Amino acid sequence: MTEALMETWWGPFVVILVAGWLATDVWRWLGVFAGGHLREDGELLIWVRCVATALVAGVISKLILFPQGVLADTPLALRLAAAAFGFLAFQVSRQRVIVGVLAAEAFLVIGWLSLDVLR
Amino acid sequence: MSAPDGPSSEMVPGDAVVSTRRWMARGARAAISIPALILTAAFVGYAGLARETGLTLAETLAMTGFIWALPSIVVLTGAFSSGMGLIPAAVAVALASVRLMPMTMALMPLVKVPGKTKTWQLLIASHFVAVTAWVYAMKNLPDLPREGRLPFFIGFGSAVTGFVFCMTGLAYLLVERLPDMVAGALVLLTPVYFLCSLWGAARLLADKAAMVAGLALGPVFFLFLPGLDLLWTGLLGGTLAYGITRYWRRGLS
Repeated sequence: MTEALMETWWGPFVVILVAGWLATDVWRWLGVFAGGHLREDGELLIWVRCVATALVAGVISKLILFPQGVLADTPLALRLAAAAFGFLAFQVSRQRVIVGVLAAEAFLVIGWLSLDVLR
Repeated sequence: MSAPDGPSSEMVPGDAVVSTRRWMARGARAAISIPALILTAAFVGYAGLARETGLTLAETLAMTGFIWALPSIVVLTGAFSSGMGLIPAAVAVALASVRLMPMTMALMPLVKVPGKTKTWQLLIASHFVAVTAWVYAMKNLPDLPREGRLPFFIGFGSAVTGFVFCMTGLAYLLVERLPDMVAGALVLLTPVYFLCSLWGAARLLADKAAMVAGLALGPVFFLFLPGLDLLWTGLLGGTLAYGITRYWRRGLS
């Protein structure tokens, strides 16, 4: 059934609307209704924010430990070291995000190049 | 720049419209920022992935605009390439998107003007909830007067979405295949950016503890409970962080 659907020109867009847009935005809408009655200084909000923050942090470590595409070919130690170096630079620079990001990227590229040379 | 509080801030309707527009324009201007550039770079990387997967330009753009959350977009792209059915694909994307619910919940008390903000306005604004705009909002909205926060967020969100949408299309058309190292560097950009900005947006000790817990638990649950991993990371990590820091703050009361 799905194969026949994907053969038509509109099939992929139905999949994007149902399995993409609806499956994503339904959580945002639920969040609007469930968050509407939270108090800005309440304990419940602190807990909700903790859950959201831990979730996003989980995304971060997954992206670094189990990346997609070519980055997966680099050694895990290099990716971890690059991220740690970036975070350190971020802290030392009085929390300037751009410094952290550039430091991590520089570490990754230099490490990657030197590994290529050593090989 | 702050709006006056109390009854004196009652404005005639015409004024309110102008001022809402001005807040939206301010939000849009604030979107010209480092976070938006980093997100753009991440989507340029995604355009390469979409092209390799065999998505058309229209499909790539439809995903970008309608889903507007990079991890979920990557999941649906994977579902397309593996020929997954409609229902399994929807379940996979829904699981990857659960995190948007607590994120939206945490944002609501910040942008809502009690008794004034309409639910449909919040529903529209909620589409822009994704890590980049959320982190920016949690960090910067508390400094704005309450009336301006929602229009500012909508202006910020729509400007970032519009720009990224156009750049994703351009990248799809122009970039045939990125060199390996450039593609790899673009993939690392997102987690490092999230890492720094999430830490910077953490207001309480509880937020930082939750971040550490999530970083540690994410990979564990990914290996042992794939699929539901992020949900468990959030619930367990967040609750642990909340419980421990609450005990730290006020003992067992």
